[in-house]
Amino acid sequence: MTNLHSVDWLIMLLYFVFVLGIGFALKRYMKTSKDFFQAGRALPAWICGLAFISANLGAQEVIGMGASGAKYGLETAHFYGIGAIPAMIFVGIFMMPFYYGSKARSVPEFLRMRFDEKTRALNACSFAVMTVFSSGISMYAMARLIQVLHVFDGLFSMFGWNPDGIFTFAIFLSAVIVLAYIFLGGLTSAIYNEVLQFFLIIAGFLPLVLLGLRNIGGWSGLKASVPLQYMHEWKGVEHASTNPMGIEIIGLGMGLGFVLGSGYWCTDFLVIQTAMASKNMESARRVPLIAAVPKMLFPFLVILPGLLAIGLPTPHTTTVVSRTADGAIIHNITVVSTQAEEGKGLVPAKINPVTGKAMLDTNGNPILDYDMATPNMLLHFFPTGILGLGLTALLASFMSGMAGNVTAFNTVFTYDLYQSYIHKGGTDRHYMAVGRWATVGGILLSIATAYAAINFNNIMDTLQLVFSFVNAPLFATFLLGMFWKRATGHAAFSGLIAGTATAMLHHGLTLPMLAHPGIHGGWIAVLHTYHSDMAQNFWTAIWAFSANFIVTVVVSLCTKPKPESELVGLVHSLTPKPKRPANEPWWERPEVLALAVLVGAIALNIFFY
Amino acid sequence: MSLDLRIPMGLMFTLVGVILTAFGLRTNGSPIYAGIKGLDINLWWGLVLLVFGLTMFLLGRRSQKRLAKLPPEQAEDADVRRGH
Repeated sequence: MTNLHSVDWLIMLLYFVFVLGIGFALKRYMKTSKDFFQAGRALPAWICGLAFISANLGAQEVIGMGASGAKYGLETAHFYGIGAIPAMIFVGIFMMPFYYGSKARSVPEFLRMRFDEKTRALNACSFAVMTVFSSGISMYAMARLIQVLHVFDGLFSMFGWNPDGIFTFAIFLSAVIVLAYIFLGGLTSAIYNEVLQFFLIIAGFLPLVLLGLRNIGGWSGLKASVPLQYMHEWKGVEHASTNPMGIEIIGLGMGLGFVLGSGYWCTDFLVIQTAMASKNMESARRVPLIAAVPKMLFPFLVILPGLLAIGLPTPHTTTVVSRTADGAIIHNITVVSTQAEEGKGLVPAKINPVTGKAMLDTNGNPILDYDMATPNMLLHFFPTGILGLGLTALLASFMSGMAGNVTAFNTVFTYDLYQSYIHKGGTDRHYMAVGRWATVGGILLSIATAYAAINFNNIMDTLQLVFSFVNAPLFATFLLGMFWKRATGHAAFSGLIAGTATAMLHHGLTLPMLAHPGIHGGWIAVLHTYHSDMAQNFWTAIWAFSANFIVTVVVSLCTKPKPESELVGLVHSLTPKPKRPANEPWWERPEVLALAVLVGAIALNIFFY
Repeated sequence: MSLDLRIPMGLMFTLVGVILTAFGLRTNGSPIYAGIKGLDINLWWGLVLLVFGLTMFLLGRRSQKRLAKLPPEQAEDADVRRGH
């Protein structure tokens, strides 16, 4: 039970005031649709860089990585070292010149310039659906968490409201705030708030990690309290049966690193939009590289809380005598629920709501609710005061994930669907109004998704599944599009369809160990069993990518290519090298920054070996 | 863009820092810190945020003042060159 005091509420309120205040302050700068959708293309690189990772710092990151840290240990850091950093370097050095230089306003628009109308339409539609889905999942996760943590219970009982309304209240509160600041200040507002949220998340989670480490006895204390393989990132990765995640080196390197990671960081407009908002080409190229620096350190911030949660002793019934500020003595008897007692460390077991007993897996062990690892750490270590800050940081992370999705949705909807297929040739003012209303529509659809998402359990796995169907084949299209001038529109389109179809087929034919056919796969037949759902996802991605690659190459060779004159600025071999600014110091060059990031990433991997 | 983000952001963290520091001072030695071995985390983290917030705020203010002194087109140029 969370007991929030006025100081906690004050901090939360302060955050809401500033978030909305930034929206209002930016309203007067929103004069054209370029200001609204592209932040006027005038933001400094460091702001875009921090927004670049903050847009991704939603529910799947903070809660999901904590959950994964508790479930698999430090091996989760592969999502950073292999999944994110190389892709971020690649997009900054090799792909950003075409995104930014093409003057495309969105990633689907780039596809139209490089390929054709139907490829853009396909990408725009699937992307729009995906953003709404992700933002809905983020919303749902937040509302459920607020419910479970009893954040608003005190508020509700104070006003005598029915506590059943907390879920709805949480959803509408976050929706209204995100809507208001995007409606007012467009992408600039979303980016500014993402940076604010970025610092707030650090302010909220860094003390959590430090307190957790201090209490468990430092790094060596942590090492002593979790199984050995939890502390290694690479050990046993040669074979799926010898590491906690059940993956092997090929699935990891190819599937996560090359296909899923690049598919996300190099092609997802959700993150690319922040880089495209920066003020010039050099800044745009620096954005993902600047983002990679804090990204490297994020495993400490989001994975460690989960690992600490599993390493701490499982709680027992205790009595704590405490005194409030006004002198009253409170005997706080903590009766530990079955949920906590059957759990491990601070990670509770999942409870069957009918019997009230812990749910068991096929081996008779309790199923743990890993998504609660990080939130429980907050409640366990934070006293009132900083607890308000921690919960605000958690709320901020949900909102920043949601906001990125919403701004990506309103841009793609307005430019790539509305302006292209519904109403051509309107005034700039008209499209800006459409963008504002698309924001409202996108948020309403997200709310609908949030209510529909009640059946899904592990947020990250579900999102990974969707990403692997839609995003995995995508990277092959961009790779061939940007680096092979022969690739054609018909080929890109059929390649994407083939890729997504292959992803679904592969998912339908394989199953992770211990899972039942259905949402986890095997809904056609079970031809192959993987050691884990993670391994299955990685291989789904590999198959989808390969299918897309092969189909695109084969169809390209049978169809007529675009004339080379139309591909200048879009394909590597036909684009003149960008001129360097004369007074640029050597250490500001993107290549130098990329090299530094790469060295840092390798050092961290060696440290966590 | 003429709104420097560091100003509102610095202001917010300064305020959060002040609130936490004040609360930490008032509750120093209170049993709410028993679970974390008596460490007054509110006070210490409040001070950290206070310093961070003030630094951001002052940096933002300084660059805005400098921009205001320059003639408009030069200000634009300086803005681009310095990365805000």
